[in-house]
Amino acid sequence: MNPAPAPTSGTSTAAASALGSPLLEAGRYIAQSFRLMVGQPSYDTYVAHRQRTHPGEPVMSYEAFFRERQEARYGGGKGRMGRCC
Amino acid sequence: MEFLKRHLPWLAVALLGTWGLATLALSRGEAVSATWLVMAAICVYLIAYRYYSLFIANKVLGLDATRNTPAWRHNDGLDFVPTHKYVLFGHHFAAIAGAGPLVGPVLAAQMGYLPGLLWILAGVVLAGAVQDFIVLFISTRRDGRSLGEMVKQEMGNVPGVIALFGAFMIMIIILAVLALIVVKALAHSPWGTFTVMATVPVALFMGFYVRYLRPGHIGEVSVIGFVLLMAAIVGGQAVFESPVWGPYFDFSPEALTWILIGYGFVASVLPVWMLLAPRDYLSTFLKIGTILALAVGIVVVNPTLAMPSITQFAQGNGPVWAGDLFPFLFITIACGAVSGFHALISSGTTPKMLENETQARFIGYGGMLAESFVAVMALAAASVIDPGIYFAMNSPAALVGNTPEAVAQTISTWGFVITPDVLIQTAKDVGENTILARAGGAPTLAVGMAHILHQAVGGQAMMAFWYHFAILFEALFILTAVDAGTRAGRFMLQDLLGTFVPALKRTESLGANLLATGLTVAAWGYFVYQGVQDPLGGINTLWPLFGISNQMLAAVALMLGTVVLFNMKRERYAWVTALPAAWLLACTLSAGWLKIFSSDVKVGFLAHANRYADALAQGQVLAPAKSAAAMARVVFNDRLDAGLCVLFMAVVLSTLVYSVRACLRARGQAKDQTREVPYQPLPAEARA
Repeated sequence: MNPAPAPTSGTSTAAASALGSPLLEAGRYIAQSFRLMVGQPSYDTYVAHRQRTHPGEPVMSYEAFFRERQEARYGGGKGRMGRCC
Repeated sequence: MEFLKRHLPWLAVALLGTWGLATLALSRGEAVSATWLVMAAICVYLIAYRYYSLFIANKVLGLDATRNTPAWRHNDGLDFVPTHKYVLFGHHFAAIAGAGPLVGPVLAAQMGYLPGLLWILAGVVLAGAVQDFIVLFISTRRDGRSLGEMVKQEMGNVPGVIALFGAFMIMIIILAVLALIVVKALAHSPWGTFTVMATVPVALFMGFYVRYLRPGHIGEVSVIGFVLLMAAIVGGQAVFESPVWGPYFDFSPEALTWILIGYGFVASVLPVWMLLAPRDYLSTFLKIGTILALAVGIVVVNPTLAMPSITQFAQGNGPVWAGDLFPFLFITIACGAVSGFHALISSGTTPKMLENETQARFIGYGGMLAESFVAVMALAAASVIDPGIYFAMNSPAALVGNTPEAVAQTISTWGFVITPDVLIQTAKDVGENTILARAGGAPTLAVGMAHILHQAVGGQAMMAFWYHFAILFEALFILTAVDAGTRAGRFMLQDLLGTFVPALKRTESLGANLLATGLTVAAWGYFVYQGVQDPLGGINTLWPLFGISNQMLAAVALMLGTVVLFNMKRERYAWVTALPAAWLLACTLSAGWLKIFSSDVKVGFLAHANRYADALAQGQVLAPAKSAAAMARVVFNDRLDAGLCVLFMAVVLSTLVYSVRACLRARGQAKDQTREVPYQPLPAEARA
């Protein structure tokens, strides 16, 4: 999971289509969707976003990002219930 | 000509769907394939999506492709992230589809598959998907606010607090009924119990792996976890067959309840990475995989529907749950047709990730159609097994007896001919000691899924494996929900108690944490225990309470939608939300009324309480109570359940009053009264 910043785009769509193959792109979306199902948004997108909007400021490492998101999904107060019955 | 070209293919879809429904509805005894069920449903979904959701998007809500969304406005790469619509669809679907759409249709199959199918289809198209779509839209236009906040904002503080309190009570009931389903499925089942218990060490291992060994490698650790789970199923068979180990995993329902209560408490105070998160990976991925496998299985195996399209129990007085078709069918199938809980999801994480508000149609309306499809498959799975087996599994022992001979005889007199040998053989086939009196949906669905999947993969020898796979899959995500729900309940309760004792509000304080967790666990645990000891089998009591409360939340969400339409000065379209809200009010209020006051002891809580109270006064002990104290508990529980019904009805009626007032107020105003974030154009980067 190396950060692969795509500075021009807020989503990883551009990066994915750069790969060319529509099959690869579909695979990327599926992987991204499965990760998002368990509360992990795209790290690449996060890094790209930080670089674009807060250049020079610190960016969380992948590990820190993973933990932060995990805590936000399950531990975050306000009685948030992330799923249905 | 252009018009014709555009609509002709859809006419063909409509005709195909009509043909499918007609085949299902008009069959009189001849074999009908489950594929018809699936095909009719898909045609209805396609037509509804193409026409009705488009009408809602363009005319009713006026979705605007140029309008900014919270994801762009507050983009932080974390909570607010513009997300590709297919990726977001997956996320949203995984959040809304759980045990609900799998259980309700199975219970409703006692009336035959047709009433359930028609309600699932009509309900989702006109109510359920509309609710999800509109709540998602409203929340997106309000920076992703939650349902409670929006009710507060549009209707006032008091209805906001009422709605939040209602949501808390609903969650307690949901947790109780889900836990009861697990108890019913695992009672005296060493194989199932071992397999489900094995998920705890597996999840703990995964938790440490993904935190310390290979941080963040979710895919990798999930594959490892999946392999271990399959090994646990195989190991369960060895345990079941072992005369030494088998008895250690053979628990009574009461014992299982205590184990679950203890589990719920411990699991929800542990750090999330240790148990909850890895369990969530397993249950989420297994859920998606199993739903896909079931869909493929039904198409490939093409099983025949064994259940009649309508049984005599459509007249009421069914053995699985009591009551007439109206209103009880409409609260028995909640998720899959319309589920109020989705209003909490649609106003949760999803609106913060919409790339463009026009995608609310695909994700909100489309996502709910997908969940409805899961419900249709569950209905199909329950309808392909022998009706005799279905009723043997789902009828309480008090009604049909507790030996295979007695059960077979009773059910055969109902017209569903079955022999004791078949019941014994089926139990043997799926690796269980007995399949009798396993109401709750999960075991029936597991038999149905095993029936379908063993024909696709593995043959007869794999039947028991598939059965326990299905049990594991359901227990896994139910336990995840119990864990996550207890945590959420704890936060809600701390918030609530904190208004009186500020110290309790501190979520990081261990003492406050343990106290609030203990109270939440005690609340749902009480209802599970009550359900286990219930003379009518528990599900008969708790499932209607769950259905009523869930549908009431849906009514609240649809009333909110109506108020917002009035505030937007679009009241000429208010029927889109007002009509389904009215229907849900009619169903839930009459069901609530009947649950309290019906003179039928199987339906009315008070009638049942009086029967036990009278017997107690005369010194009698009615089965299954064994002592006067147990009798008194039954009476108390019945009255408590009646009180809950009153509470739910009060919540929904007061919301109705507040919404009518808000609508009238909006009508009196000349200008748009919405509390939307004012229009801003989408940023240039979003239009690329």
